[in-house]
Order: sequence, then structure tokens, then C-alpha cells
Amino acid sequence: MSSQATDAARTANSNSPERYYTYGYLDEQTKRMIRRAILKAIAIPGYQVPFGSREMPVPYGWGTGGIQLTAAIIGPDDVFKCIDQGADDTTNAVSIRRFFAKVADVATTEDTAEATIIQSRHRIPEHPLKDGQIMVFQVPQPEPLRGLEPREMETRAMHAYEEYGLQYVSLYENVSAFGRIAATAGYPVMVDERYLMSPSPIPKFDNPKLHNSQALMLFGAGREKRIYAIPPHTTVRSLDFEDYPFETQKWEESCALCAADDSYLDEVVLDDQGQRMFVCSDSHYCSDRRAQGFRGPMAGHELVDIDKDADQ
Amino acid sequence: MTLTAQQETVDQADQPLLRVHSLSKHYGMITGCRDVSFEMRPGEVLGIVGESGSGKTTLLNCLSGRLTPSQGRVEFNASRHGLVDIYNLSEPDRRRMQREDWGFVHQNPRDGLRMRVSGGANVAESLMNLGRRHYGDMRQASLNWLNRVELDLSRIDDKPRTYSGGMQQRVQIARNLIHAPRLVFMDEPTGGLDVSVQARLLDLMRELVRDLGLAAILVTHDMAVARLMADRLMVMKSGSVVETGLTDQVLDDPQHPYTQLLVSSVLQI
Amino acid sequence: MQQSQHNRQIPAIRVTDLRKQFTLHNQGSIEIPVFQSLNLEVLPGECVVFVGDSGIGKSTLMRTIYGNYLASGGTVEVQHDGTFVDITKASPHLVAAVRRRSMGYVSQFLRVIPRISTLDLVIEPLLGNGVDPEEAKSRAISLLRSLRLPEALWSLPPATFSGGEQQRVNIARSFIREYPVLLLDEPTASLDATNRETVIELIKAALNKGAAMIGIFHDHDVRDAVATRHFDVSSFKIDMESAA
Repeated sequence: MSSQATDAARTANSNSPERYYTYGYLDEQTKRMIRRAILKAIAIPGYQVPFGSREMPVPYGWGTGGIQLTAAIIGPDDVFKCIDQGADDTTNAVSIRRFFAKVADVATTEDTAEATIIQSRHRIPEHPLKDGQIMVFQVPQPEPLRGLEPREMETRAMHAYEEYGLQYVSLYENVSAFGRIAATAGYPVMVDERYLMSPSPIPKFDNPKLHNSQALMLFGAGREKRIYAIPPHTTVRSLDFEDYPFETQKWEESCALCAADDSYLDEVVLDDQGQRMFVCSDSHYCSDRRAQGFRGPMAGHELVDIDKDADQ
Repeated sequence: MTLTAQQETVDQADQPLLRVHSLSKHYGMITGCRDVSFEMRPGEVLGIVGESGSGKTTLLNCLSGRLTPSQGRVEFNASRHGLVDIYNLSEPDRRRMQREDWGFVHQNPRDGLRMRVSGGANVAESLMNLGRRHYGDMRQASLNWLNRVELDLSRIDDKPRTYSGGMQQRVQIARNLIHAPRLVFMDEPTGGLDVSVQARLLDLMRELVRDLGLAAILVTHDMAVARLMADRLMVMKSGSVVETGLTDQVLDDPQHPYTQLLVSSVLQI
Repeated sequence: MQQSQHNRQIPAIRVTDLRKQFTLHNQGSIEIPVFQSLNLEVLPGECVVFVGDSGIGKSTLMRTIYGNYLASGGTVEVQHDGTFVDITKASPHLVAAVRRRSMGYVSQFLRVIPRISTLDLVIEPLLGNGVDPEEAKSRAISLLRSLRLPEALWSLPPATFSGGEQQRVNIARSFIREYPVLLLDEPTASLDATNRETVIELIKAALNKGAAMIGIFHDHDVRDAVATRHFDVSSFKIDMESAA
């Protein structure tokens, strides 16, 4: 197809004959089914709602749950942000962002504050979320107890009867093996003091952001066919022992680029001599701070923005 | 034991702990167990003996809330509800009662343990299921119990996969006693073990039952185990109880032809 | 245990019209009759000795009174907590209670349970009745001393002891607690003369305190030393020809 035609296709109205995809990729009945599952999930915070997960253009394990959630709720007035491990510019985040730009005719952004829908794998942005924003999480294994209890019937009964002693067994194992609760990601939480939930593999550093947030949090697992949600202003508590209370990660270093000392830092190996630096995982947060004039010790190393022109 | 505690036990001993009325379980035309009735008091050990196909395992499963009977009632004096028909409880209530008031020692430790979780965690899980949330206390309680069942404490953080059969069974026993249940069900608890291991385990179990004043229902096909452990016996054949009475009476003066056959069949060494 | 003169007239054991036979179902249901229409009363302070030929049923009668064998007919009443309990009809729970508190049984053989030490075996009847463990231990020690059981053996399980040593453990276990009723089946069978004397002393002391006893003694000396009267079991033998 010529580039002119491509542009035409991309900018055609939702229901005009030039459109090559159904709006949002999924058919209307599927979107309706997913929205109904979402409503149910919001009505029962933390409860895993089964849904008819569709075959998507990427295989299971690549974010099909998150993609289907976004596809069901996205509209032409939305502004879409997609991050993977906190960064907007990793391969998968770029792919998904482009996908929705094409099939939903939406504006996209890297700016957390501008976005109305933020799809994420493995992080919650540093910038506090606000009323009207929706986080969509990609979830590999929605069942927090699966590692210890392989039987589906048993875990369903445990959720139904609020029998969550088993989750503490996993924390116990941690403490006995490592002297502390060493789980760093996918740390189990109690939602609204009723349902035990896996917050998806976000670092425990992000767990406090789930609590009493102004935003709506949606979780989708495509392979396992489950959707769950945390409505705004919901109590979310990370599990712990009385004598081993929940603690988030702390770093001795600050961000090498923007000097932030309150964000989640990634460790980057610089050379074969073992030189390393710590950088904000949230790429936009970091660039935003640098734009405001904050500078860390390695600020001279400009990270090349590969994608800056591609999205235009 | 002080005199007052003992007096309490005596008074309590008049309250039935378990009352079973005409319990039957049928699988279509096949009878699992038929018309079983009996009572149990705190501190009593009841042995159910019979050969394969006698219905003893079916009976045990009906008694322990795992198999809904076709007819009859199982009434248990639960700590939370008092004397109650266990099949009238809602499923969450029954499951909670099983966790709080009962223990169940399986013949195969794989059925009664989590093999991928450490020995210590297996034992402490009973406490976590009751809502305990202090790691240090639970670990200490777990250690105390593993010590009591004579497990090498250096192995507490190893997985039961790495234990011998006798060790696995010890962990199962500890896991089922740490929460001070009122009633423990045991299904051939020493069935698959070497003779010397079995002897030591039975000894241990006998001591624990006596020290804790436990009530226990023990299913076995081994008359020697029954003689050692049980105060009373019920002999089962083809789904029915053919004889019941004090252990020494049933084994020394069996009345029913089948009991006489069983007793005379036991090999003497 | 003080007994008034009045109390000594109420029997501790009352056997009425007792009948016992064995039916061996797996040998063509043959019936082995033992005794019938047997009556017996034992008063507190009495030691009734069963006599009769070997195999006549002395041991069987004793076991039937204890509830170890089931009676084929009649009643066996034993004083327990101030009333009579019919052992032949009582619930197993009640019979167990009677055995725990009111009726003891000294058999020839010590049931040996592995790993339980002599001391623990001897104090068990006291612990089961709520006596302080330290107190129980000191009573056990003095009893074992009087029976001349070497101190080295006290902490060992009796499985490897000689017959005489096991028998002394058995005696200690049976006499450590004052049972109102005591059944003795050949309690001195494996003992030497000195220890037999000690046992006789123990029996006499218990009788003086008002215990009611039934005994089977092969040894005539012991029998003569403790017996209040004889009871001939053979006079109640079931006549094979005239048995209905």
C-alpha cells in the first residue's frame, strides 16, 4: 500500500469503508462482554472474573489480557500511554502503542499526567494518578495461590470462603530461607479486606500506590482468562507478619540522570569492568525531571530517544 | 496434671464428643457402610479394624466430613458450635471446624503434606490457617513440635520430598496436633513403613495421645496396632460393624465368627 | 481407707448366676462350656482364693469378672463410686472407668510396651487418676525398692528383664494405687521366696485397708498366708452330658 493510502486508512473515520480494522480491533460483542466482566470486577474488588479471552495478534504471555482490556474501553477521545518495565521506549511498549494508534485512532503520549489510559507491564508510574485515569495491567498468573495450590477447585473454594492461611505459608518460607520477606515483585495484597489478589508482577515498591488511588486499576490475564479490578479509593493492604512488617525497597543511590531519590531505580551495567549506574525505571518521570533542570552525576550521558520521530 | 484439671476431664468425659446415628453410605447398589452407630468421649481412642473392602475407609471419610453419607447423622461437639450435625453446617463452617477442631493423618504422607514447602512450614501452616500472624512464635511452636515428634531439627527447613517415609509421617503427625485438636482421624498411619519405624512411631503416637488426652479414631487392618493404640474396637466386615467392645475383650474373647477368624489369623512370631 | 463395720457387710463384688461358654465358629461352631449358675460374693477385707483343677476355669472366671471375657449369662456387680456396676451390661466407657479407679488386675504377664521405662509404667495408674508426677515417682521408687528391683533397671523398659523382674514391675504397678477391688492371677509365679514374702505383705496391708481381693495362687504357701476362704470353681462346672 502506498504511504498516502496508509495515512488515509489511519485517519479515516471509525465506521467508514476505508477502515481496515474494527474499531479497537475487537468486535462489538466481544467488547461488550469484556465491559460486562469489567463492571463485575469493579463491583467485587479483587475478585477474578472469568471472561472469553480472544485470540489476539500476539501469543499468550505478551500482554493479551491488557490489550483486550484496553481495546474494550478505549475511545477516540482517549490519550493512550503504554509502558513496559516503566519505559515507554521498550520494544513491546512501542508495539502496543502503535497498535492502538492504528486500530483506535487515539492520540498517544509518554506523559503520565496527559494519559487517560495507561497500559503497563511490571510498573506503576511514579507520577501520582488522578481521578479519571485508568491503569491497565498485564497479568501472567492471576491466581496468587497457584504456586502452592495447583488445584483450581481448591483455590476457588479458598477465595469463596476467605481461607487465606496458605498465602502466609509462602511468606513463612521466605523468612525462613532469607531472614526476611524477600519477595520483591508480585507481592500479594488484600483488597477491601476481602479478596486476596496478585497485583501482577509490579515491584513491591509500587504496592502502596494501589492503596486508595484516585485512578481505576484493571487487571487482565489473557491466557488464564480472568479480569479483576480495584476501584478508586479502595483499601489495599500488603500481607506481612506482625514481626516482619511490609517494607518497600530502598536504594542508597539516587538516579544517575535526574538525581531522583524517591523513584524505583533500575541497575544498568555500563561496561565489562563492572561499572554500573542506577537510573529511574520510569523513563518519562526521569526525562521530565531533567527537563525541569534536575541533573544527576551521569546526566552527561544522553540516552538516545530512538522512537522520537516514529510516532509522529 | 493437677487434681482440678483431672476433675474437669472427668466431668467433661461425660459429654459425648462424637455421636454417630445409623450412618450409611451407598454407591448405587454397592454398600460402602451400613447402619453404623456409636459414641465417643474425649480422650478415647477408637479403633476401626477390618480387611480390604470392609468399609472402614468409607466410614472414616463420612465421619471426617469428607464424604456425605446417604443416611444417618454425625454429631460432633465443636468448639465453635457445640454439639452439631456436621453435615448441617455450611461448607465454610465445616471446613473451618475441620481446621480448628480436627486432625487427619493420612496413610500416605504425600496426601497430608505439601511436598514443595519446608517441613517447618508444613507444621506452622496449621497455625496460619487459624489466623496466627507472628512468624517468630509460629516458628518456635513448629520447632517444639518437630522436636516432640523426634525429627532432626536441622532438617526443619528442608522439603519433605527429601525426608524418609518415617520422617514424613512424623511431620504429618506434628502438623495435625500443633493446633490442639479435639479429635484426630488416622487412616493406617503406619501402613507403609518398615517394622522398626512403625514401632517407634506407634510408641510416639501412643505417648502423645495419652499426654494430650486426645480423642482419636484409628483405622487399621493390623490387629497389633489396634491392641496397642485403641481403648475400644469396632470390627467391620462388608460394610457393617459385626462386633464392638473394649479392645482387650474383642481380641481376647471374640464373639463374632469373623472377629474370631481375624484374631486367629494373626501370625505369631 | 477406713471402712466402717457397716460398710464391710456390703459386698465389693457380687456375682449372680454367672454362666460362661465359648463358641468357636470357625471350628464347626463347637461349644466349650466352662461354668454355670455361679454365685459369689466378696466382702471388703476378704481374699477369696479360687481353687480347682487346672483348666477348670479359674482364670476364665477371673477374666469374666474383669470384663476381659464376655459373660454368657448372669451378672457381675462391682462397687464403683458408691453403687454397683454390672460389668456384663455396662458400656465399655463405664467398664474402663471401673478398671481405672475401682478394679485392678494383676496378670501373670506384663504387657510390655517398647520404650516406656519401668518407672513410667509403674506410675501410669497414678497419673491416670490425677496424682502429681513427682509424688507418683517417689511412691513408685519406694515400692520398687521394697520389691528389691535394682535401681539400674528403673529407667529401662522391661522388655529385656527376666520373668521375675517383669513380675515385680507388674506387682508394683498394681499395688501403687489402692484399688478397692483387686484381682490377682498368679502374681508370684516367677518370684523367689524373699520377694514372695514382700508380695504377701503388700496383699495383707491392702486387705487391712479394706480391699476386696480374688486370687489364683499356684503356690500353696502364699495361698495359705493370704486366703480368707477358698472358692471351688469346679463345683459350677457345666456337666457335658446333661447340658441342654
